Amino acid sequence: MNLEELQQIADEAKLAREAAQREIHVCVAAGCLSLHSDRLKEALDKEVAATGSTCKVKGTGCMGLCSAGPLVAVEPDGLLYQHVSANEAPALISGLGGDALRDHICSREQPFFKRQVNIVLENSGRIDPEKIEDYIGVGGYQALLHVVTELKPAEVIKEVAQSGLRGRGGAGYPTGLKWETVSKAGSGSKYVICNADEGDPGAFMDRSVLESDPQRVLEGMIIAAYAVGANHGYIYVRAEYPLAVKRLGTSIRDARRTGFLGNSICGTTFNFDIELRLGAGAFVCGEETALIASIEGRRGSPRPRPPYPAQSGLNDLPTLINNVETFANIPAILRNGGAWYAKMGTAKSKGTKVFALTGKVQNTGLIEVPIGMTLREIIFDIGGGVPEGRKFKAVQTGGPSGGCIPEQFLDIPVDYDSLVQLGSIMGSGGMIVMDDTSCMVNVARYFMEFCMTESCGKCIPCRAGTAQMYELLTRISQGTGTHRDLDLLVDLCDMVKFTSLCGLGQSAPNPALSTLKYFKDEYLEHIDSHRCPAGVCEISATAEVAS
Amino acid sequence: MATYTANPPLPSDDKRWRIVNGTMRRHGFSRDALIETLHTVQQSFGYLDEESLKFVAESLRVPLSRAFGVATFYHFFSLKPPGEHTCLICTGTACYIKGAGQLVARAEKFLKVKSGETTPDGKVSLLTARCLGSCSLAPVAVMDGELAANASGEDMQAQLQVWVPA
Repeated sequence: MNLEELQQIADEAKLAREAAQREIHVCVAAGCLSLHSDRLKEALDKEVAATGSTCKVKGTGCMGLCSAGPLVAVEPDGLLYQHVSANEAPALISGLGGDALRDHICSREQPFFKRQVNIVLENSGRIDPEKIEDYIGVGGYQALLHVVTELKPAEVIKEVAQSGLRGRGGAGYPTGLKWETVSKAGSGSKYVICNADEGDPGAFMDRSVLESDPQRVLEGMIIAAYAVGANHGYIYVRAEYPLAVKRLGTSIRDARRTGFLGNSICGTTFNFDIELRLGAGAFVCGEETALIASIEGRRGSPRPRPPYPAQSGLNDLPTLINNVETFANIPAILRNGGAWYAKMGTAKSKGTKVFALTGKVQNTGLIEVPIGMTLREIIFDIGGGVPEGRKFKAVQTGGPSGGCIPEQFLDIPVDYDSLVQLGSIMGSGGMIVMDDTSCMVNVARYFMEFCMTESCGKCIPCRAGTAQMYELLTRISQGTGTHRDLDLLVDLCDMVKFTSLCGLGQSAPNPALSTLKYFKDEYLEHIDSHRCPAGVCEISATAEVAS
Repeated sequence: MATYTANPPLPSDDKRWRIVNGTMRRHGFSRDALIETLHTVQQSFGYLDEESLKFVAESLRVPLSRAFGVATFYHFFSLKPPGEHTCLICTGTACYIKGAGQLVARAEKFLKVKSGETTPDGKVSLLTARCLGSCSLAPVAVMDGELAANASGEDMQAQLQVWVPA
């Protein structure tokens, strides 16, 4: 594969696009698919064949506004239709160019779309995720070709370091620094692993990227492998995401066929191949050492660090582990330069971040915004605010490792460091909005139960501590807790936070600590008045008698 | 010096064992392939029983304790046969905030089993999942593989009633 051949594939894809008068994009990512967009696509295909229309129907990835699904876009008209069902296919096709399905039109001028900046999601909803030609047609693999033929590994790392990109899995470790450590760790065999074990409940960014633009992740991984000197890679993906697994499998085969994976990539001496590994439903496997254990076919128990995987990881060899979204940023950075990427974001956190906006908010779905946007802009401008006239109470970020942020902090710009100061984390990007019908004690209890069942059991603070904290939170939520229970809970939170082995235990107290900090009155109401202000918790009979 | 031990024979003529064996062969009978192989067993047989665990452990030359340890560690693997129908309710955060707890309670009450159990007649398994990634459609239930978006208690119970006529 050389530049001319790549250009030829891109030109052919472009010609095919232009041959059709119009392209109809139907979202076939998980969100719309569960609203039967596959039947819709079939109906559209049939209708096009029956009427001899010159337009082309294409299944594409996620268009973001999942709550309005199934979504259909018509190009080049730039029209977007929401809630389209299969029996509306004839009306859509016959009215093309005119006023088809006027009442289904979804404005692209609304803040939900206008306020976003798409880098990771630039191709989502625009290309067919199962066709490598489509990806090449929008400039895919140009970055890789440029990297392997014109840049030295050290120059690639320099570019990534200059971009200021930080790990998108949650911890925010500088990506350039990580790559440099791995590249300097000897000259023998090395591995590159893509962490696609997106375990945070309420987060589906990685899933969407893998389902909408899988080639992008592969390209990022191949560039990383070239930079650090690895010849073998793994993608560790959740078994709960069958569609993502299927599309990754197809993409890897296509990339091999086209010469981007395998031996002598793009005619150089660089060899690299990728294997898929399925997770099996263990949240702790998102932790890098546990993930490595799982790839080795063992129980996913973390081990103490150091040594870090960069020195001694899979099969005791230097291993680079990055998240899906981190890899998905790489092609754009190498294409446009690190300095371009560093222009976006805040002083210490550069670029954009994908968030899964869900819960009690008008527009639920997937968004990508420059880091540094305030929570208020995200929730009220992009998200459209809390529905049904209810009152905003808190936003939960970072999943079970994060915390709940109340209204008074909504104007703080979102970046890695600002959210940590508030007792939460940016995490992988889950953002769950809660209104006044949610009880914060109950939410803390929910997350504690999650951590308790997901604790791997290796270290005692996490194994026993989460169980005890869950007991205390249950007691408080049932109205039988005491002030001593509350003190004990705070003590335990501290102990578990500072003595657990891995990130799961160290961050397990965050939901409890943050709700205690900002919503202590709710805890006291449960304890002193034996009632749940939001009316969510079931107060036990003995507590009711006591009151 | 490593001694050569032959691979154990397939437990029976059942064609599914060949599929399992195929997965192990593809990975060169390496120990690393334990989880991948168990995935194949569960896909083919629906669950992992003692016979299959013994066969896989012996073929990959890992102690049975390790195979059993892995099978019980990961939530995705089941050691009990699934019911004829499955009702899976997502209890991820977004679904929880939108009332998945009530859905679970309703299903438990109707089927008279706890979540994670199968009705005594083997008709329906009630399962919960930690986030299916369809958070924008919360709450979500999956009835026999068919995902129900914005699931309501009534719809779910109506489906359960079809499976288990009262």
